[in-house]
Amino acid sequence: MRLLQYAILILVAVAAPGVVLTRDPKPQVVTLSFYGLLCGLMFFIFQAPDVALSQITIGAVMLPLLILLALTKMRRHNMRQQQKAQK
Amino acid sequence: MSSRARTTLFLVAAAGLAVILVLGLIDLPPMGDYRGPYGYVVTQVAVYERHATDVVNAINYDYRAFDTLGEEFILFASVVGVLLLFRPSPNQQGEQEQQKGGDLEDDEESLPVSDALRVSTQVIMGVMIVFGVYIATHGQLTPGGGFQGGVILASTPILIYLAGDVRAFEKITSSPLVKLAECGGAGGYGVIGIIALLAGTHFLTNYLPLGTTGDLFSSGTIAVISVVVGLEVTGGFVQLTQVYLREIVESQLKREE
Repeated sequence: MRLLQYAILILVAVAAPGVVLTRDPKPQVVTLSFYGLLCGLMFFIFQAPDVALSQITIGAVMLPLLILLALTKMRRHNMRQQQKAQK
Repeated sequence: MSSRARTTLFLVAAAGLAVILVLGLIDLPPMGDYRGPYGYVVTQVAVYERHATDVVNAINYDYRAFDTLGEEFILFASVVGVLLLFRPSPNQQGEQEQQKGGDLEDDEESLPVSDALRVSTQVIMGVMIVFGVYIATHGQLTPGGGFQGGVILASTPILIYLAGDVRAFEKITSSPLVKLAECGGAGGYGVIGIIALLAGTHFLTNYLPLGTTGDLFSSGTIAVISVVVGLEVTGGFVQLTQVYLREIVESQLKREE
């Protein structure tokens, strides 16, 4: 059990800088989602299943989804701006 | 400020922070060491006092229900804030009418959805809805609760969108029931608390019959609040995805016509 706990802590510690070092927003969403999943696993290993469930649903599903949706919205806004400039 | 000065300033500040961090962390108790009596008392007492086998939810929705009420309204306020930000302004509406002739030249032709994706989504949808309802209604028995169940339920319409059924997505997300779920859920939590006040006890006291430990209908208000929270979270997140995708959905619907 101890070994598992140390292993997941190290994994989370490695994944966190990975998210920060991914500079492009779209790949960053994927790494963020993976990091959220790892955090959920960490809570589960530390025997907090309630928190793990919230973390997986929010950190690995909803947060990346909302970021992706916001990115799409921004891109469309930029496209419209460009079209207006061309006219 | 030159970049050299900035670097020195950063190094000094980082060194100071490192010292403070090390000093702060040096006396931390070892991993898993818990000293407060509160946690032990609650875990021993909760099942007898509240007939809820999931102590975490007994705390969330009963002993500390007032804190959770505040959290619910944080979510409620942020959803309302996003909806306000994205409301169509009169200025924008005129613009959209102008653009009716030449809508955005979509560089992204919507990808054809394969039959395999459509069928597997339909299967997964049913499982997800049942799982979400299960998590939301069994909060008092097993890990989970209204919040987690609500998020699972709210992610099902997105699956419909991904499966290419834009029309069904639009129909579900713009239904007035979604708004009703959000507002009714947020308000219902307060109403449950106020009924306790009217009955002459304290705000959010567990006044319903507690039932048999382990039954679905047990633990009094904990189960009810869990369901109410689930409604609010589902409504809130579905509305969020709806406002983000509204523009894209509208242009796709137009193209289909």
